[in-house]
Amino acid sequence: MSFINFLNKPKNELESASKLPPVASDENEPSKACPECHRQIPLSQLWANCNCCRDCGYHFRMNARQRIHCFTDADSFKEFDPELQSEDFLAFPGYKKKLELTETVSGEKEAVTCGTALVRGLECCLFVMDPYFMMGSMGTAVGEKITRLFEYATRHRLPVVGFTVSGGARMQEGLLSLMQMAKTSGAVQRHSDAGLLYITVLTNPTTGGVTASFAMEGDIILAEPKATVGFAGARVIEQTTRKKLPQGFQTSEFMLEHGFVDAIAPRDKQRQIISTLLKMHSGGGQDAG
Amino acid sequence: MPDKAAIDRVKTARSNNRPTGVDFIENLFSDFIELHGDRRYADDPAIVGGIAYLGSMPVTVIAMEKGHGARERMSRNFGAPNPEGYRKACRLMKQAEKFGRPVVCIVDTSGAYCGIEAEERGQGQAIAENLMVMMSLRTPVISVLIGEGGSGGALALAAADEVWMLENAVYSVISPEGCASILWRDASKAAEAAQSLKLTAQDALELEAIERVIPENDLGKDAFYSALKEQLIARFGSLSELTPDALTERRYMRFRKLGTKNLKEADHAV
Ligand SMILES: [Zn+2]
Repeated sequence: MSFINFLNKPKNELESASKLPPVASDENEPSKACPECHRQIPLSQLWANCNCCRDCGYHFRMNARQRIHCFTDADSFKEFDPELQSEDFLAFPGYKKKLELTETVSGEKEAVTCGTALVRGLECCLFVMDPYFMMGSMGTAVGEKITRLFEYATRHRLPVVGFTVSGGARMQEGLLSLMQMAKTSGAVQRHSDAGLLYITVLTNPTTGGVTASFAMEGDIILAEPKATVGFAGARVIEQTTRKKLPQGFQTSEFMLEHGFVDAIAPRDKQRQIISTLLKMHSGGGQDAG
Repeated sequence: MPDKAAIDRVKTARSNNRPTGVDFIENLFSDFIELHGDRRYADDPAIVGGIAYLGSMPVTVIAMEKGHGARERMSRNFGAPNPEGYRKACRLMKQAEKFGRPVVCIVDTSGAYCGIEAEERGQGQAIAENLMVMMSLRTPVISVLIGEGGSGGALALAAADEVWMLENAVYSVISPEGCASILWRDASKAAEAAQSLKLTAQDALELEAIERVIPENDLGKDAFYSALKEQLIARFGSLSELTPDALTERRYMRFRKLGTKNLKEADHAV
């Protein structure tokens, strides 16, 4: 269970993100195999490189805290609603236990972390979904946190940057999970009507009800390389159509080719691309920096 | 309402003998003129749209259609819309907004179609766009769920001022079979999943996700449709008294409150 080890690592291990430290030589240090080039990568090196393989660029999953650390200016993130979490209001079999276990393992209370942050000095509202919290599934707390963030951004005339990762709506909260798709879409629409910028970054995987709501509602939609991005699950499509799925189906590159993504944004370029976009929408002119 | 297992409601909602979207169009409205196509790619036969009279009021009608009989059901793709269906609906809703007509959506689908081409043409984006457009549409919208309300594919025509459900309709975030196979790796536990998902009309009413449950059985066919028609006329009458700003604010708040009752939170909102 390598990802559990990874999660248990203290967060200050991430401090020198985006600078490349010397390769750790400790042979006892835990490492992770790159699924793409099969190289064993010491975990400290992986964290230092924003969870990307230094050799082939493979993007590993990352939790919300680590992503915030890599993406935002140091100490600039101010979190909203850190205590907000879903309850098992339907008494759904196994859900209460699952929530408790997930909170213990991930150290998070919900599948999205929201707040304000600076990116190269530019202020934005930020939401980051977490693949280690029930695969970023959207229940009532996720919907509420995202709605509040957009309402805050609308009131304070701030752009929103959102990193999506989700298996879809959280079935353990039934119909009210589904309703979050409409609720968040309403909040995005109001933010948009106020003339404000919303940038989404689709990360691996972004599917289901999140794809069919706020993930695809950005003014500008970026995607990490080779992320799975789609609406229906690949297996369901195979079962429904009894067809073999084409090579590269439902990837970021597939979405780009079919016109549903503006650009592929590798993790090490995201600060630069997004801060430039934020600046272009801030009403100010270009400067030398 | 008689006590009936959730899975039995699911079976009833899916029954081939139930009236479909087009049956509702024929029985609720007059002078229906069908308008085809999304102006971008194709015309989706799983969604039928057009303009008709509701009593003396012109309205835009958008109905999911499963079809009757094997051949028609196939040609309607069993009521599973493709992106062009949602885009046609979106076009017709914007047209209704332009001309100040109320919109009636008739919802009945197991879900948005899960196909290769549907993904290539942006199924997720099409649904997302409908949600945004509906949440800010400056004309009244009432959605009536007549059978299956399958997840995002159903919600894409139900981000409305009011949502009504027939007594035996179901509305769910996932099919009971899908839920059972993901959670318990056993699709045969669908009955248990159906119960847990709280997907009946009565459940949806208690969760405040819908406004009305429309009884099915105690009236004959004609009385059923004319009662529903009268309810629609009356409700549009009162919704039409609101200004577009008040209407969209009300719709936003309708969805805004959903799911806020059962959250744990130590400190207060921003
Ligand atoms: Zn590699």
